[in-house]
Amino acid sequence: MSVRIILLHAGVILALFLMQFLASDYVVLTFTRIMVLAIYALGYNILFGYTGLLSLGHAMFFATGLYGAALGVTRFGLGVPEAMLVAIGLGIIVSTVIGAVSLRASGVAFMIVTLMFSQAAFLTVLYFGDYTRGDEGIVISDEFRRFSLFGLEADLANPVLRYNLALAFLALAVAVTLAVIRSRAGHVLVAIRENESRTAMLGYDTARYKLLAFVLSGAFAAFSGASYALMFAYAGSTLASIQYSIHPLLWTLLGGAATVLGPVLGTALMFLLVDFASGFTSASLLVVGVALILLVLFFPKGILGTLRQRYLPWLP
Amino acid sequence: MSLLLETRALSRSFGGLKAVEAVDFSLSRGEVRAVIGPNGAGKTTFVSLISGRIAPSSGSIVFAGEDVTALPAFRRVQRGIAYTFQITSIYANLTAEENVALAAHRPGTHAGRDYLARVGLADRAAQRSGTLSYGHQRLLEVAMGLALRPKLLILDEPTQGLSDSEIESFIGLVRDVARDATVLLIEHNMPVVMTLAHRITVLDRGRILAEGRPEDIRASDAVQRAYLGTG
Amino acid sequence: MSFFPHLLLALLEGTVAAAVLALSALGLSLVFGVMRIVNVAHGEFFMLGAMLAWWIAKMVPGGPLAGFLAALMLAPALVGLLAFATERLLLRRIGYDPEATIVATIGLMFVIQQLALSVFGADAKPVAAPFTYRIAFPWFGFSGYKLFVVAASVALLLGAWWVLARTRFGLIMRVTQFDRETATAFGIPVNQVYAAVFVIGAALVAVSAVLIVPIQQAHYLMGLDPLLMSFIVVIIGGLGSIRGSVLAALIIGLADGVISMFFTPTLASIIATLAVALVLVVRPQGLFGVPAR
Repeated sequence: MSVRIILLHAGVILALFLMQFLASDYVVLTFTRIMVLAIYALGYNILFGYTGLLSLGHAMFFATGLYGAALGVTRFGLGVPEAMLVAIGLGIIVSTVIGAVSLRASGVAFMIVTLMFSQAAFLTVLYFGDYTRGDEGIVISDEFRRFSLFGLEADLANPVLRYNLALAFLALAVAVTLAVIRSRAGHVLVAIRENESRTAMLGYDTARYKLLAFVLSGAFAAFSGASYALMFAYAGSTLASIQYSIHPLLWTLLGGAATVLGPVLGTALMFLLVDFASGFTSASLLVVGVALILLVLFFPKGILGTLRQRYLPWLP
Repeated sequence: MSLLLETRALSRSFGGLKAVEAVDFSLSRGEVRAVIGPNGAGKTTFVSLISGRIAPSSGSIVFAGEDVTALPAFRRVQRGIAYTFQITSIYANLTAEENVALAAHRPGTHAGRDYLARVGLADRAAQRSGTLSYGHQRLLEVAMGLALRPKLLILDEPTQGLSDSEIESFIGLVRDVARDATVLLIEHNMPVVMTLAHRITVLDRGRILAEGRPEDIRASDAVQRAYLGTG
Repeated sequence: MSFFPHLLLALLEGTVAAAVLALSALGLSLVFGVMRIVNVAHGEFFMLGAMLAWWIAKMVPGGPLAGFLAALMLAPALVGLLAFATERLLLRRIGYDPEATIVATIGLMFVIQQLALSVFGADAKPVAAPFTYRIAFPWFGFSGYKLFVVAASVALLLGAWWVLARTRFGLIMRVTQFDRETATAFGIPVNQVYAAVFVIGAALVAVSAVLIVPIQQAHYLMGLDPLLMSFIVVIIGGLGSIRGSVLAALIIGLADGVISMFFTPTLASIIATLAVALVLVVRPQGLFGVPAR
């Protein structure tokens, strides 16, 4: 891997690290949220940006992580690290099953099927309202968010710990993404996006590679969902709704699909845009809708995609 | 010579149309075989059945001693059957080198350069393949076939759209390939067929009409009537 | 109530649901069949149809019947107008790219939803049925209006079938569906056909909304359910196959009616979705679709 690629990504992480010493508490909190959700978008980008598969149902994997962690600590007596691992494991299992079924469909049918599975998952969350507390959601009390790891006591209610943990998770997610897309498998994923039938005729098991991308993105989503639940002490059914399947698509499109940092940038910008717009309208959905339409019409490659095309061809 | 490929009663119909009907076909190792026939004779369907792009309605395919009839296309490719498309199917957004590296199963490396050199495209390695000329895209397609290092290389109308000089070097290339692979060639250009093929199979309306050495086929009345006469 | 009357009621309700479902899915199926695009804002066209029906019925004097008839004329026309604008300003500009269309119409879905909330508010809006005749069964009474809805849907479906199979416009649509290039070569103004199909699809779903709103009430979030149900219908029926869609709507509507009667609607929806998954495992091209070669 070339030096400037490593420098660029390390630089972004370093900048985010230094930011906490300059920014207000409110900004630190906002960026904690952005970094956790950016992990979701990073995984989505592996499937959508690099493999060319547009899923409209990733909220179900996000929700798997979210409820896996929330129920894990509140109902099953798991500690925070164990709950994280269980939640990610569940995300991998669920996305393997759903992926194996929905990847039988392709193109438009794939999008619709993922959307419907996600809706079924959302309804399931409501159906088991006794456990999930439906719309109202599970509030995780502070006692469940304290844990010790390697002899160190930690409390997720502490904003500084939370910010740096989110940053570490984000760094991990970026590193994994970079490793994946620069690996042999990563090149095959791009080949599938560019010309799937040709890739099969070169002797690649395209179904297996597509499932790999699907499960990777599902695991990222569950990782993000579990972190979200534990760091912000909340798991509610809105976070499992269709809107939460659309969000990572929007963030990825805005920042630039098939660029590593695009989803991170897109998540941050969209958050700040909605934050800014909330000053004079309560209609955050309107902002999301208009952004989607404008992106498709005028800016289909997103910010980093356009930058790469014009000025920075080396950008991964 | 030992047998590389054999089809037994291989058939495929689309609706009521029998595109390939009860074809018994065998191919020896090291051979260069041409399949000729009028348009709609079922040539492309026949090689698509061999490569696994379409499934047969009935019959079986044995490759290198193994029944591959039920194997999906990618597994047949892994076993050494390479297919180069009649209508070029390359990765238009990737560079020529990336195309061939994917075929060599070493994407992200420079493993494709040798193959590009063999088809005379070494100086085009870094060019986006969608911007290559049509003739160069055809050659890139052949380079991808070579990079698979196949036991059997199926070339579907490889000289279509090539200039005379490109055809000249292409003939040399196939001879070169034939030293370590078996070649199955669908071709309309009769001089190319006559120069390259050891044996020729003539398909007509999904059936084998004749098979033999080039000079026999040229002399055959049936072939003249069905094909050469109308061409 | 004993089992049989219970089942009869479930079947009657299911038939009503199936009729409306077939009608709303028809629009989606038509648009996909001819234009090869999926309109995610389809459900919002439905919601707008219902909202406009409420608004028109409120504005028009002369009782529920006059209001209903006015809504049946005007609401589909207005929704059609919006569809026309969408086709011209959005879909045509992105070249009907399937993926971009989905993303753009998701955006449109959010925009319409939010605007409907701002303009009409968040409360559910009842519309009076044009007539209140009840059919008396030995065990229960059943709304005559609901049976009228079934009859009207069947009539519209037959009408749509007749247009497709028997008229010149239907032929033009079928040629365009078969292959865009061929259609262009035959001198068919493909762009105008696309616009017409998109407008008709939206108008059809608006009609189904006007029909349903006296039964269901209008609400700004009501579009999601018919959208998902229409998706299920066109997938099970085979994308682009209108006959398959109608058949699938009948199966799903009846099944939904019966299951909802005995279980909760949430569970019914979950079951329906999982059934679709099963269908896809067995037949990725849908029950009545033609497999791709």
